[in-house]
Amino acid sequence: MTKQAMENRFPDFRNFPDNKGHFGIHGGRFVSETLIHALDELTEAYQRLSADPAFQAEFDNDLAHYVGRPSPLYHAERWSREVGGAQIYLKREDLNHTGAHKVNNTIGQALLAKYMGKKRIIAETGAGQHGVASATVAARLGMECQVFMGEEDIRRQALNVYRMKLLGAEVISVTSGSRTLKDAMNEAMRDWVTNVDNTFYIIGTAAGPHPYPMLVRDFQSIIGREARRQFAEQAGGQPDALVACVGGGSNAIGLFHPFLEDEGVAMYGVEAGGHGVETGQHAAPLSAGIPGVLHGNRTYLMQDSDGQIMHTHSVSAGLDYPGVGPEHSWLKDIGRVNYVSINDDEALAAFRKLTLVEGIMPALESSHAVAYAEKLAQTMRPDQSIIVNLSGRGDKDIHTVASIDGIGIE
Amino acid sequence: MSRLAGLFSELKNQGRKALVPYIVAGDPTQEITLPLMHELVAKGADILEIGVPFSDPMAEGPVIQLAHERALANHTSLSKTLEIVSAFRKDNQTTPVVLMGYTNPVERMGYSEFAKRATAAGVDGLLTVDLPPEEASELSAILAEAGIDNIFLLAPTSTDERIAQTAALASGYLYCVSLKGVTGAGHLDVEAVKAQMDKIRAHTDLPVTVGFGIKDGASASAVAPHCEGVVVGSALVESIAASSTDAAKLAACELIADIRKAIDSI
Ligand SMILES: Cc1ncc(COP(=O)(O)O)c(C=O)c1O
Repeated sequence: MTKQAMENRFPDFRNFPDNKGHFGIHGGRFVSETLIHALDELTEAYQRLSADPAFQAEFDNDLAHYVGRPSPLYHAERWSREVGGAQIYLKREDLNHTGAHKVNNTIGQALLAKYMGKKRIIAETGAGQHGVASATVAARLGMECQVFMGEEDIRRQALNVYRMKLLGAEVISVTSGSRTLKDAMNEAMRDWVTNVDNTFYIIGTAAGPHPYPMLVRDFQSIIGREARRQFAEQAGGQPDALVACVGGGSNAIGLFHPFLEDEGVAMYGVEAGGHGVETGQHAAPLSAGIPGVLHGNRTYLMQDSDGQIMHTHSVSAGLDYPGVGPEHSWLKDIGRVNYVSINDDEALAAFRKLTLVEGIMPALESSHAVAYAEKLAQTMRPDQSIIVNLSGRGDKDIHTVASIDGIGIE
Repeated sequence: MSRLAGLFSELKNQGRKALVPYIVAGDPTQEITLPLMHELVAKGADILEIGVPFSDPMAEGPVIQLAHERALANHTSLSKTLEIVSAFRKDNQTTPVVLMGYTNPVERMGYSEFAKRATAAGVDGLLTVDLPPEEASELSAILAEAGIDNIFLLAPTSTDERIAQTAALASGYLYCVSLKGVTGAGHLDVEAVKAQMDKIRAHTDLPVTVGFGIKDGASASAVAPHCEGVVVGSALVESIAASSTDAAKLAACELIADIRKAIDSI
């Protein structure tokens, strides 16, 4: 496609969201009145600080020396050969401090909290990666930290629960609703409404009311900016395709956003197909949902005909969410990104495969992207390339995989 | 004139305050809601706020969250809630009924379809907790067309500019949230409410009800002098839930009679 055609086909991605947080019909601010003032304050502070060289320098410095960026772009040659199609590159977010991409965003938001003078941070977490990343930055900045986590996720991610406690955070068990990520987010919002004066809510994905989807995207876009430069240096030119898993969508938008205007780059967001999208037991709102309002934004949702949010299922706690960040909903509507799904079994097989073939153990979330990349690569030529966002490492999931294997690990 | 406007002008002439109980439709059964509504009116309620069950009631404290969960366990939907209001209207054509809930069920039904069915059922107002004025213009216009009042929240954090913006879109009454927190919170501060009311009055002549944290005659009569009505939610929902038989649940509405007595004698 020519640049001109691209310009005609898509709007200018840099103009989104609009000043009220809308991406097409998606996004916006659907919260109770009490929080509006706090969101205005946050928007104002972010606008000011993102243009402030001192703030940017501190953020860049933390990413380099605390997180360990840039993360490598690794050409998985052995795996690519075995797959027998396109060359597959892995963007190694798993090598970040705390083991996932989540920390890019928590560093950014915790810095905002610090500059805004907030003493207490709260966070919601599903897999526990965002909770761990939040507890980590809170420890470092000497802030009080409480993490809301569904009772069901506390059970599946025991290791991360203990990590958060060691880091000095308090993990609050959420027993309402389905006892997973969406309920943890409800509870975090309730806490924020109550303690809005002294508390900063660090949302862990590119969802929630404006300005969260925008600022999470901006903080995570370091992934795509680095990958774009690294690919040009290592392979020359641009990749043919990008693949990333989509829970709320933060690692995916972080990789995709800096490439949106590159017309030759196809993009695939991989949702959790659970037991199969056709069974209804999945977490794939972009594949099988309809637009609605939840957690402060309009977006594709898994909901029933009465407008109730449905229970989701995924083997991976980090993807087990009935909504998705609003920018993804818009990118689906305008046709810029393809959204697909991978089932539990396929993700588990990919987890084992990458571990055996490359000695890299992916998080179960990332394993969805790995599984789809393998399928996609087979349809492509060896002179073509794919970048897969390896959003996190699999250490936290060993317990889950072992129990599927019937092995108990104490 | 809508039932709400009529009621408030009548109350003003009498020098009385509106008493507004809140219950969730279908909590804990669909059968009990209709008799509860009539009983609340018999005990002195002026307006009924009926909660529409939602899977993710983000603004509610634990008591009302559980009420939503009980109602959803027996599949009480927005459609079912409208049927209950319809049944109520067969025997009561005067008491205003306001639906209070979240945006998604209304959006799923479709704004126009909702307006049509709500009008037919005899609903007087709608309060969607998570639909602030900046996102509400489309729904507001449709409700106005249908003659349904659109009720909005004002919070302790609302700036003068927002109070003005909200008042411009609102009709029926404004709902002043007394505190920073969820429903059922225990830290009501009457002085703060009074200051907040002064701020609101500077921008609007609409009646204002105060809710969140009003649980008995004492708290209601402390707040009532400063506003046009008081909303009683969690305390009522909790005492109904604590009563095991239907007869006992109806008897729990006595709380409303107590509060009526208290606010009528200030
Ligand atoms: C390693 C990893 N990848 C992906 C995700 C999904 O989140 P998102 O879609 O926001 O990247 C999570 C969430 O916990 C995660 O831990």
